[in-house]
Amino acid sequence: MALFDVSGYKSHAGLRGQILGTGVGHLVDRPNQEFAVPVGVDPSGFLKSCSREGGVSIDLNHGTTTLAFKFRHGVIVAVDSRASAGSYIASKEANKVIEINPYLLGTMSGSAADCQYWERLLAKECRLYKLRNKQRISVSAASKLLCNMMLGYRGMGLSMGSMIVGWDNKGPGLYYVDDNATRLSGRMFSTGCGSSYAYGVMDSGYREDMTVEEAYELGRRGITHATHRDAYSGGVVNLYHMQEDGWIKVCKEDVSELIHRYRKGMF
Amino acid sequence: MEYLIGIQGQDFVLVAADNIAANSIIQMKQDQDKMFKLSDKILLLCVGEAGDTVQFAEYIQKNIQLYKMRNGYELSPKAAANFTRKNLADYLRSRTPYHVNLLLAGFDETDGPGLYYMDHLSALAKAPFAAHGYGAYLTLSILDRYYRPDLTRDEAVDLLKKCVEELNKRFILNLPSFTVRLIDTEGIHDLEKLMPVGAKLLAPAPSS
Repeated sequence: MALFDVSGYKSHAGLRGQILGTGVGHLVDRPNQEFAVPVGVDPSGFLKSCSREGGVSIDLNHGTTTLAFKFRHGVIVAVDSRASAGSYIASKEANKVIEINPYLLGTMSGSAADCQYWERLLAKECRLYKLRNKQRISVSAASKLLCNMMLGYRGMGLSMGSMIVGWDNKGPGLYYVDDNATRLSGRMFSTGCGSSYAYGVMDSGYREDMTVEEAYELGRRGITHATHRDAYSGGVVNLYHMQEDGWIKVCKEDVSELIHRYRKGMF
Repeated sequence: MEYLIGIQGQDFVLVAADNIAANSIIQMKQDQDKMFKLSDKILLLCVGEAGDTVQFAEYIQKNIQLYKMRNGYELSPKAAANFTRKNLADYLRSRTPYHVNLLLAGFDETDGPGLYYMDHLSALAKAPFAAHGYGAYLTLSILDRYYRPDLTRDEAVDLLKKCVEELNKRFILNLPSFTVRLIDTEGIHDLEKLMPVGAKLLAPAPSS
């Protein structure tokens, strides 16, 4: 980065090189990801001033619902598509799933900018890994890379709740990674402010031995019922199925049609 | 929300931790292991702020292993505890302090068993028994009442069960299962998971 070189900014990685000696250069497969930030910039202080009364309210709630769960035939990923800025709906067809490679998906909730940037950076790192090591990166390693990116910006106001879904040598993989560098492996996760509603529907309808169609229906139901109750979720349900030979996009259905189908008696 | 407990006997240390990984009001994971193996005879139990716990514990874990690689021998539990405390203290007054509460349990060939209590302000104390979390308010008195320095392994497990039953009875949060481990001269042993009767486990324990 031009500014980086010109500014004479001394990175801690350079210092580490002096202490450990050269030759440890490529033990860790991570490039220098620091931004050349001018002295005195305090992102977290700035954000604090914006999110209370008296200033412009940049409401950093994770305004979304996304869910993913493992079952006998792979992993189902379902997300909504509403992008909100406070009470304004910025987009009704936002894309909240990033297709990293044919065997890896990432979901996004939280600040759209943060999610898009960091997950695209993750996609770049996964591609570099494959080129350097001649094998696809594991889901565990990919999620750890993202987690460490979050760790580097701890306390600076990043907002990202993401699930990394894939299929590697160890079978189907599902990891939850968020902006405070939490990384959890599990069978079922839901993120965003509509997640509690999605958990309710998923937990009561989940069985490990579901058929593929039943699993698709559970994913659709989870998102639909969450969008019904949560103001910051809506739009369409984007449904993906991660199988052994890669992911497939199953469907894209409008939640208002789905909710009318499900709650026939109500309306 | 999270709970850690340690009980030191004459030639062993018994430790237990709950298994819930939570995010505000949601239980995200019911089989989270909060114990980190620092060496063959040292365990670090770590709870606190999301993200900080795993990152700090893994950082200490890798540094302890690096020490062994560089110097050819392992740190004793006392040295490991003081090393951990120093790191926590150094980060305390930085821009990014680690908000974690720890128990370090280990067995030393010369000093015997040791249990070290450490809190987020980097206070370190060697104690015969200790607990972290809201659950500690309910269980420390049980430990005060029934602890003896010459507890056998079975008696210590019974004392642990008493504490867990009390949590199940009086603590408002549902903590359905606890990982239990014992450290003695032979190393770290996994004991049976404690699942208090009546507490609800959400889904059948997954195989992963």
